[in-house]
Amino acid sequence: MNPVFLQADFQLNPTQASSFAAEIDLFYYALWTLTIVFTIGVAAAAGYLMMRYKRRSMGDLPEHIHGSLILELSWSIIPFILALGIFAWGAKLYYQLYTAPVDALEIYVTGKQWMWRAQHQNGVREINELHIPINRAVKMTMTSEDVLHSYFIPAFRTKADVVPGRYTMTWFKPTQTGTFHLFCSEYCGTQHSGMIGKVYVMEQEDYQKWLTAGGGLTYGMTPAKSGEKLATTLGCAACHKADGNGRGPSWVGIYNTPQKLTNGTTVVADDAFIRESVLHPRAKVLAGYDTLMATYQGQVSEEQILDLIAYIKSLSKGDATQSEPAVLGTAAGLSSVAPTATPAAALATPVGTEPAAKPAVTAPAKPMVKPVVK
Amino acid sequence: MEIAAKNIDAHVEEEESVNYLNATHTVKSWLLTLDHKRIGILYLLSISVFFLIGGIYASLIRLELVTPRGDLLTPETYNRVFTMHGVIMIFFFLIPSIPATLGNFLLPLMLGAKDVAFPRLNLLSWYIFMIGGIMMMYTLLSGGIDTGWTFYPPYSSIYSNSQVTLAGISIFITGFSSILTGLNFMVTIHTMRAPGQTWFRLPLFVWGMYATSLIQILGTPVIAITVLALAFERTLQIGIFDPKLGGDPILFQHMFWFYSHPAVYIMVLPGMGVISEIIASMTRKAIFGYHFVAFSSLAIAVFGFLVWGHHMFTSSQSMYAGMVFSLISFAVAIPSAIKVFNWVATIYKGSVSYDTPMIYALAFLGLFMVGGMTGLFLAALGLDIHLHDTYFVVAHFHYVMVGGQVIAYLGGLHFWWPKMTGRMYSETWGRISAVIIFLGFNLTFFPQFVLGYLGMPRRYHAYVPEFQFLHVLSSAGASVLALGFFVPAIYLTWSLFYGKKATANPWQAYGLEWQTPSPPPTENFTYDPVVTHEAYDFDSVKEISDARAKVAVTA
Repeated sequence: MNPVFLQADFQLNPTQASSFAAEIDLFYYALWTLTIVFTIGVAAAAGYLMMRYKRRSMGDLPEHIHGSLILELSWSIIPFILALGIFAWGAKLYYQLYTAPVDALEIYVTGKQWMWRAQHQNGVREINELHIPINRAVKMTMTSEDVLHSYFIPAFRTKADVVPGRYTMTWFKPTQTGTFHLFCSEYCGTQHSGMIGKVYVMEQEDYQKWLTAGGGLTYGMTPAKSGEKLATTLGCAACHKADGNGRGPSWVGIYNTPQKLTNGTTVVADDAFIRESVLHPRAKVLAGYDTLMATYQGQVSEEQILDLIAYIKSLSKGDATQSEPAVLGTAAGLSSVAPTATPAAALATPVGTEPAAKPAVTAPAKPMVKPVVK
Repeated sequence: MEIAAKNIDAHVEEEESVNYLNATHTVKSWLLTLDHKRIGILYLLSISVFFLIGGIYASLIRLELVTPRGDLLTPETYNRVFTMHGVIMIFFFLIPSIPATLGNFLLPLMLGAKDVAFPRLNLLSWYIFMIGGIMMMYTLLSGGIDTGWTFYPPYSSIYSNSQVTLAGISIFITGFSSILTGLNFMVTIHTMRAPGQTWFRLPLFVWGMYATSLIQILGTPVIAITVLALAFERTLQIGIFDPKLGGDPILFQHMFWFYSHPAVYIMVLPGMGVISEIIASMTRKAIFGYHFVAFSSLAIAVFGFLVWGHHMFTSSQSMYAGMVFSLISFAVAIPSAIKVFNWVATIYKGSVSYDTPMIYALAFLGLFMVGGMTGLFLAALGLDIHLHDTYFVVAHFHYVMVGGQVIAYLGGLHFWWPKMTGRMYSETWGRISAVIIFLGFNLTFFPQFVLGYLGMPRRYHAYVPEFQFLHVLSSAGASVLALGFFVPAIYLTWSLFYGKKATANPWQAYGLEWQTPSPPPTENFTYDPVVTHEAYDFDSVKEISDARAKVAVTA
């Protein structure tokens, strides 16, 4: 038997490590209070009445009571008002969980049987781990390479399904440093219970050090750079000319702007639209263009599509760095490019003002905080 | 009640009267029977076997989870075990449990009819059920399925290496049994009521069955289409749900829950009907607010169709859709609350018996309160984000399904056992086992609420060590619960051979089923029942008893 069995600090809720946790716990305990009050109330009433009106003889014939409209209305309306209150509280929290701040640090996540891959905006990638700074909103844009998964961090009280074929979002603001569980909570096959990991919440400066040192990265290029390189390899620019005179629409300035389609409707060129256009080019064609493009399904992975999106996004920021050649680090290489922007600035605008590249480091990142799992 | 009195006169303490059980003895006479009572018994035997199989799978799950390492079963086996537990318990035990056994047996009796409207269709339903069940057993022996009972694609349609297609076809087939039974019952309730048995004189069990039938008829075809679409995608690579083939996995979730949420009400509405009958008879009072209890069943059936999206708050469905589904989910909780309050109010100024069925009814009230109230946690959007797909959900639906439905089923089985078999079981053992089940159940599932809030996800074969304490508690509870289910199996079987002979109305209960001998004759009544009183008019029971006493004295 495990000694955890008799642990003194046995808790009824996980550590409160995000800005959501305290209120969600309060909500949870408030609902338990209500549950206990109602259950004990009903049980006590039923128990008392059973004893008070215990059958004395088989010949007992109680008087006939049909009911009472006043009682019926009161025990319908009072619970309904209570229920509306619970609904409103839950809906308010849901709205918050659905609405990420605009200045959130963006991280891309892909789920795959049975691992979690995360990619930071400077190109640092990690598997089954997530390093994030404290007191900073983090927005996760997620998709799956195969089946459904779900990204669940109990200490943050957040969870979002990770769905193949679409992007889902979750965000949180860690409020406590430490190491926390990451679980896959949507059943995904044989090793579902092995698809777990650790979330390391670090002090801002520790996070910066970790990020600059390259984290646990495998190669160092920003997603925008990778996307640019991929676009070149795939020959996208042959049609998608920057000056807008190509057979396909120009990518410059297109990201997150409304675009007219051939069928007359308007669509916002967001992540989902770009992904769809890569995989199903004929689903939504911009007005003034022909349905010439062939699908890239099978030629690009979900991670590569995220890179392409990052590249297209970078073209909307009027950024000059996009034309610089990517600097690839070697496996044993050390940083040859000093960061040109301050860490704080890099964090504030993840794409665009970043240094061109980060060197690759093969050594796995060491968590900079005491690895105590909470 | 003159006629009824005459009838009882004819059967008082009569030795070896001809009844539906001893009318004929051959196996053929059972397998080709058109008697709704015998078909009810056939279902009872079949679902007991499925309950045993589902229970063995449950034991394996609890044994595996005693330790955090996955050391008893391989991941492949464990995933098959929890899937088969869910599939068998839901499709082959819970859904048919009360409607197909007690419903089949009691519905015509309560209406004052000789049989259901379509007796041949009724037998066909059992055969369809058995074909589905045997196919599912074959599925189980030929490798099982590892998708979870929810069959979410694209895992189920493309990635799983298990017998998904076969299991889907079994469920497709079994669904027809459910649809036909619902249809049969609905027509029966509309057309077969005895003279004087008006809608608002119907026992509340009949109202519950009516609401259930409505869901069975309208909901089950949707699950049939859904599993068929899944089978097409899996075998023919037709893109419906897998994005790689151009489909949408969220579409499956909408279709699946459009049936499977109302299916929860297929499981619990008949249970609520049983509790109404038990509480009325055991307190000898009319159910407080009869009309409210009756219409709340229909309200649950109708609104139950509009809440499926509350299973999908984390699935990436639109935030506003989530809010609408949440609001309606809170609304559907109200009819259940109305029922509970009316049941408690019924006890007031009653003449309360402490017989076994009443113990079950009381257990139901407590467990259903916890099950229902924890449903509010899950309907609350922001909180569900954390609770979704954790053991909190597992605990919640076991409180509703086992604490509600199974407890009601057992209560009903004890309540009508004398009517069905003509024998009395041991009251002492009945009460003891009800208490064991209540305690074992709470020990098994209450720790799972805490586990879930701490973050333990569902369907985990191995888990992080800090969850072990609560898992051990839960497994300990499961052994107590298993014992609790085992005891009734013994004393109920024992009663068949050695139990005291039951009188026509051992509980002095109200209702047409109690105004015919135990067990009833094949044609249900030896007279043509005419209903002259409101439901639960216990004064009329006294009239009958008085009449019977008078007859006995004269004799």
